[in-house]
Amino acid sequence: MKVMIGAFVAALVIASLAPVVLSQFGWSSAEQAISESVRLD
Amino acid sequence: MNFKLLGAAVVALTVLAFSPAWAEEAPAVDRTATGGAQTLEDILRRQEQLKVDESFRSENLGDPARAAPMTDQLGTRGGVSDAEVWRSIRYNKIDPTVQSPGPANGVMIQDEGIAWYKLREGPVITYGGLALLGIVVLLVVFYFVRGKIMIDGGPAGTTIERFKAIERFGHWLLAGSFIALGLTGLITLMGRSFLIPVIGADAFAPLAAGSKWLHNNIAWAFMLGLVMTFVMWVTHNIPSKLDWQWIKAGGGIFTKSHPPAKKFNAGQKIIFWTVMLLGVSVSLSGLSLLFPFQMPMFADTFGLINSILGTSLPTDLAPHQEMQYANIWHSIVAFVMMVAIIAHIYIGTVGMEGAFDAMGNGQVDIEWARQHHDLWVAEVEARQGKGGSS
Repeated sequence: MKVMIGAFVAALVIASLAPVVLSQFGWSSAEQAISESVRLD
Repeated sequence: MNFKLLGAAVVALTVLAFSPAWAEEAPAVDRTATGGAQTLEDILRRQEQLKVDESFRSENLGDPARAAPMTDQLGTRGGVSDAEVWRSIRYNKIDPTVQSPGPANGVMIQDEGIAWYKLREGPVITYGGLALLGIVVLLVVFYFVRGKIMIDGGPAGTTIERFKAIERFGHWLLAGSFIALGLTGLITLMGRSFLIPVIGADAFAPLAAGSKWLHNNIAWAFMLGLVMTFVMWVTHNIPSKLDWQWIKAGGGIFTKSHPPAKKFNAGQKIIFWTVMLLGVSVSLSGLSLLFPFQMPMFADTFGLINSILGTSLPTDLAPHQEMQYANIWHSIVAFVMMVAIIAHIYIGTVGMEGAFDAMGNGQVDIEWARQHHDLWVAEVEARQGKGGSS
């Protein structure tokens, strides 16, 4: 049972770290919705 | 099991799925009376929710080659009228210049979104939900008909190591993340229909946001678990002649016999390959959804299917359409996996005495092992006799 609980905790740790790692690789979901190229002139 | 009947059903479903007749082609309509424009018949068919061949509009987009000279009236339009420009926008047949870059930003109207929304809110939820309820009811009935599968003669009291810690870790990483993905996926898919009427929109909002966060991020644990279990167990899951004997005996479920099996019996191999193949498919479609518009897969997949089966699946897909196909496919595959895994959870817990120990602490009763995996026990004992390990 220890292994089972350990695996569940590991899954949550991976889930917590995933956005941080993706951000390190230069990808974030927030950036997908914005663009610096939009001009309103 | 009647394999001829099963085979016939699979063939029939495949033929239906790819048959042009299934697509219910719209009949050809004579439009000479309207000069090629919409007819009363088109309007009536649309009102009756029948398929209408829209090509008389979607392909009537003007012809720059026949543009009037610049000096003529309307010559500056380049052979394309206002109506034709708007039709081009309506059917996403223009390539507009947009100031905000991105693969999807040039799509001004995405007509197929309605069909996707209706499919998602209708048949996917209805049939997916019924499949989940159906397997639960089936297993309850099975439990009362067959009862719990017990160890013949009772447990021996001595145990044998069934799975090492790393194997159990990989299994539970996959299982735990899959259950989280399944629940959060159902909340995301069905919450609007079933939860908001019960708990209200205000309570549902944080639940939906939390579900989305967990679903998107725990998916990586699922993919890691998938890779781990594949690497550890693939050699034990290669089909063999022994599996045929096990299947012919129905796994001994109803005859209360114990067909011979190695580390994994045919039933477990079916679960393994179902999880692996559908797991890869659900992961790919999930990645496509996780990185919007970055990983389009369906146009290429449809092109490959067309080249093999001679079908005419659409290959000119808007970026949004790619996402919609990925979403629908992701849901369908996930439902099939959930049905299979619910049955797997049943047999690994309440359905069979001693089965949970294999993944609980890794030690199973030797009598359970001899009854369900006799050849594996013989292999382990032979190795231990030579000083090896399991």
